[in-house]
Amino acid sequence: MAAAIVFLPLLAAVIAGFFGRVIGDRGAQLVTCGALLLSAVLGVLLFRDILASENPQVIPLATWIVAGGVDVTWSLRLDTLSGVMILVVTIVSSMVHVYSIGYMAEDPSIPRFMAYLSLFTFFMLALVTANDFVQLFFGWEGVGLMSYLLIGFWYDRPSANAAAIKAFVVNRVGDFGFSLGIYATFVIFGSLDFGTVFGAAPNVVGAKMEFLGWQVDKLPLACILLFIGAMGKSAQIPLHTWLPDAMEGPTPVSALIHAATMVTAGVFMVARLSPMFEYASTALGVVGVIGGTTAIFAASIGMAQNDIKRVIAWSTCSQLGYMFAAAAVSAYAAAIFHLFSHAFFKGLLFLCSGSVIHGMGGEQDMRRMGGLWRKLPWTYGTMWVGALSLSGIPLFSGYYSKDTILEAAWAAGTAVGRYAWVLGVAAAFMTAFYISRLMFMTFHGEPRAGEETMHHAHESPWVMLVPLLVLATGATVFGFIGFDLFVGPDRASFWKSSILVLPQYDSLAKVEEIPQLVRYLPLICGLLGIATAYVFYVVDRTIPVRLASQLRALYLFLLNKWYFDELYDWLFVRPAMSIGDGLWKSGDGAVIDGLGPDGVAAVTRDLARQASRLQTGYLYHYAFAMMIGLVAFVTWYLLPR
Amino acid sequence: MIVQAIMFYVFAALAVASGVLVVSSRNPVHSVLFLIAAFFNAAGLFVLIGVEFLAMILVIVYVGAVAVLFLFVVMMLDIDLAGLRSGFVRYLPVGALVGFILLAELILVIGSWVVVPGMPKLLAASTASGVALTNTRALGDILYTRYLFAFQAAGLILLVAMIGAIVLTLRRRADVRRQSISAQLARTRAQTVEVVKVPIGSGSR
Amino acid sequence: MLIGLAHYLTVAAILFTLGIFGIFLNRKNVIIMLMSIELMLLAVSINFVAFSVFLGDLVGQAFAMFVLTVAAAEAAIGLAILVVYFRNRGTIAVEDINMMKG
Repeated sequence: MAAAIVFLPLLAAVIAGFFGRVIGDRGAQLVTCGALLLSAVLGVLLFRDILASENPQVIPLATWIVAGGVDVTWSLRLDTLSGVMILVVTIVSSMVHVYSIGYMAEDPSIPRFMAYLSLFTFFMLALVTANDFVQLFFGWEGVGLMSYLLIGFWYDRPSANAAAIKAFVVNRVGDFGFSLGIYATFVIFGSLDFGTVFGAAPNVVGAKMEFLGWQVDKLPLACILLFIGAMGKSAQIPLHTWLPDAMEGPTPVSALIHAATMVTAGVFMVARLSPMFEYASTALGVVGVIGGTTAIFAASIGMAQNDIKRVIAWSTCSQLGYMFAAAAVSAYAAAIFHLFSHAFFKGLLFLCSGSVIHGMGGEQDMRRMGGLWRKLPWTYGTMWVGALSLSGIPLFSGYYSKDTILEAAWAAGTAVGRYAWVLGVAAAFMTAFYISRLMFMTFHGEPRAGEETMHHAHESPWVMLVPLLVLATGATVFGFIGFDLFVGPDRASFWKSSILVLPQYDSLAKVEEIPQLVRYLPLICGLLGIATAYVFYVVDRTIPVRLASQLRALYLFLLNKWYFDELYDWLFVRPAMSIGDGLWKSGDGAVIDGLGPDGVAAVTRDLARQASRLQTGYLYHYAFAMMIGLVAFVTWYLLPR
Repeated sequence: MIVQAIMFYVFAALAVASGVLVVSSRNPVHSVLFLIAAFFNAAGLFVLIGVEFLAMILVIVYVGAVAVLFLFVVMMLDIDLAGLRSGFVRYLPVGALVGFILLAELILVIGSWVVVPGMPKLLAASTASGVALTNTRALGDILYTRYLFAFQAAGLILLVAMIGAIVLTLRRRADVRRQSISAQLARTRAQTVEVVKVPIGSGSR
Repeated sequence: MLIGLAHYLTVAAILFTLGIFGIFLNRKNVIIMLMSIELMLLAVSINFVAFSVFLGDLVGQAFAMFVLTVAAAEAAIGLAILVVYFRNRGTIAVEDINMMKG
C-alpha cells in the first residue's frame, strides 16, 4: 500500500505527461486528481497502520547501487515522521490538483501542468520515505527540478525563465553543501543507510577529522554541511533570494511547492536526521541562529511588499525560520507540528490569493485592490481563517504550533534559544501586522481598481472553493486535535523512534515551567499586530504613507529586501558573468579558436602565400632553384660518411 | 710535349674567356660570336686529344649550323640594346657563391677519382686490336653496328625537330595568292557553270 | 707538364659553371639563356670525349656525337619557340616572361 501511495502520482504524471494529447485536458485532470485523491485516502489508512505498528518499517523495493562500500537500495521507510509527511504532502497536493482544474482552466498546457504537479508529488513522497541519504538526495533534486519546471511553466515570459533559473541555481548552491554532507557522512560512518548511521552516531561524538586544513569535529561538520542544503531548499538566509521570485509561477505551484511541501523538505530533513543532530550541538546552534534571523528578516520585508503573493512568500520564509528555530532547541516535534499546520494555512492563504487574482483578472498588486469582501465572500472568509491561523490567534492551529515553538525556545534556556525567542516574538508582531495589512488592503476600504475590473470581479467556481474549505477546516481543527499527540504529553508514544530527543536537551518537557508573561507575549504581540494594521489601513490610511516618507531609507531598505539581491549581483553574478565573458572571448575565442581552427587556417594560408612566392614565372629563377638543389645533392654525396 | 701543353693551355684559356664573354656581353651579336669562338677552341682541344673527327663535326654542326641559326634569330628579332638592366648585381653574390661551390665540388671529384680495377674488361667498345685506325673509321665501326638504333633515333629526333620548327614558325601571308591543286581538282560543275536565261535585247547581267 | 685527364675535366667543369651562371645571372634576354645551354652541352661533350680517350672506350665519343645532334635539334626548336613568342609578345626580355607565375 505504501508503494501504491508513492507510485500512483508517478503513474498519473506519466500518463498525463506523455498521453496528454490523447486523453485531452479533461482526461489529464481526471487522471491526476483521481490518483492524488486516492493517494491521500491511502495515506490516511497508512497513517493509521503506522500508529498501530512498531516503527520504523523498511520496505525494500529494488537495489540501486552496489559499488565499493556503497550499498544503496530503493526502499520505503515507514515511521511516524514519514507517515505525517505523507499525509501533509498527499492532502495538500490533492487539494492543489483539484484547485488547479479551476485556476488553470484557460491555460493552453493543462496536461503538462497536471503532469508536473503529480511528478513533483512523487519526488516529494520519495524524499520523505527515503531510507538512506541517496534516495533522500534523489527526491531532493527531483523536487528542485520540478520547482524549476513549474516556476518557469509559462516559459514565454522572460521573467519566469529568469526566476526558474535563479531558483535552481541557488538551490544548487545548497545542494553542493548537501552533497558534501553526504560524502562526509559516508566517510565518517562508511554507510549511507539511515539505520546504520543513526545507530553509529553516538559513537562518533567528539571525534575529529581534517577538513580544508583544519581539525574539526566530525558530526557537527556533516550536520552543518547537510544543513546548508536545507538552507537552500527552505530559503533561509543567505540562500533565500529565490523564493520571492518563485512567485512567477502559477499560484497553485506557489501553494504546493513554496508553502507546503518543497520548502519544508529542509525542516523534514533536520527532523529525520535528529539522531545525528542531537549529538552535534554546534550544528544545532547554527540552525537556530539562522532560523531565528531569517524569521525576523523575512517578516520585516513582508511588511513593505505590495504584491499579494510576495507578502505570503516572505511569510513562508519567515515561518520556516520558526521551524528551524524549533529544531535548534531539539523540539523537532514542534517543528513538524508547525510544518503540518503551516502547510494547511499557508497553502490556504496562497490558494485564496490565487482566487483573488483569478477574480481580479490577473491583478496581483494590492495597491490596486480593495473593497472586495462583498464580491468574494467565500474567499474572504477562508482567507481570514488562514490569516488568523498565521497570526497565532487561539482556536486556530497556528496558535498551537507557533506558540509551542516559542515556549520551547524559551524553555531550552540556551543562548540560541533565547535569541530565537526574542526574534520570534518580534517576528510574531510583524507577521500579524503584515497579514492583516494584506487582508485590509485587499478586501476592505474603497475599491482602488478600475471600474471595469471591479465590475468583472467574481467569486471563484466551486472546484476552486472546495479545496479552500478543506484546507480551512484543517487550519482550524488540526491545532487542538493534534496538540497532545504531536507536542503534548503523548508525544513519545506518537513519534516512537522516528525522532530522537536526548533527555538533557528536551525543551518540550520544560514547557510547563515558563513564566506566564513569556507564555502569552506572542499572543499579545499578534493581537497588537492586527490592531496596528487595522489602524493603519482601515481607520487612517494616511499614516503608513507619512511613516514611509519620514523613514524613507528604512522603507526602501525593507521594500528592496535588505538589498540582498543587489549584493549578490555585485558579489557573485557580475564577477561570474565577467569571468564567463572573459573565458569566452579571450579564452575560447582568442586562445583556443586562435590556436586551433582559426590559427591553423591562418598559418596554412600564410605559409601557402609565402610558398607561392616561389612561383615567379621567371625561368631563370626556376633554373636557379634547380641549381641549388643540384649543388645540395652533390654536397650531400660528397660529404664523408 | 711542351708544345702540346702550351697549346692546351692556350685553347683552354681562350675557351674559358669566350665563355665568360658570351654570358656578359652587352650586344647579343657579340655573344654569339664569342660562342663561336668557344666552339672553335673546344674543337682545338679535341684535336689535341686525338679526336679529330669529332672536332670537325663540332665545327661543322655547332658553328656552321647552330651558331649561325642563333645569329639569324638575333638579327631577326628586334632586340633592345639598351644595355644591362639592373638586377644583375643583386643576384650576383648568391649566384656566384652557388656557382663556385659547384665548381669546387666538381674539381674535388676530379681530384679523387679512382679507376675501377678490372676496367679494361668493362670497356664497351675498345679498340683492342692494336691496329691504328683513324678516329673516323673507329667511330664508323661502332656507330653503324652496335649503336645503330641510337643512330637512327638521333635521325628521327632531327626530323621531329625540323618539322616542329616549321610548324611553330610558319606564317601564312594573306596577300599572296597561291594555287591549291587539290581545290582545283575538286571543283564541281555547280561551282563552275551557271545557266542564265537572257531575254532578247538585254545583256547577261 | 703532362696534360692528363684532370686538366680536361677541369676545363669542362669551368665551362659548365659558366653556362649555369649564364642561365640565371642574365638579365637581358632569352637568347643568352639558350646560348648558355649550348655552353653546358659543350662542356659535357668535352667531358665525354676526355674520358673516352683516357679509358680507351669509344662509347664516349659516340655519345658525344649524339649530344651534338640533340643539342642542334634543341637549339632549333628553342629558337623557333622564341621567334613565335616574340611575334606574340613583342619582347624577349627575361623580366617580361613571367606568365607561369603562380
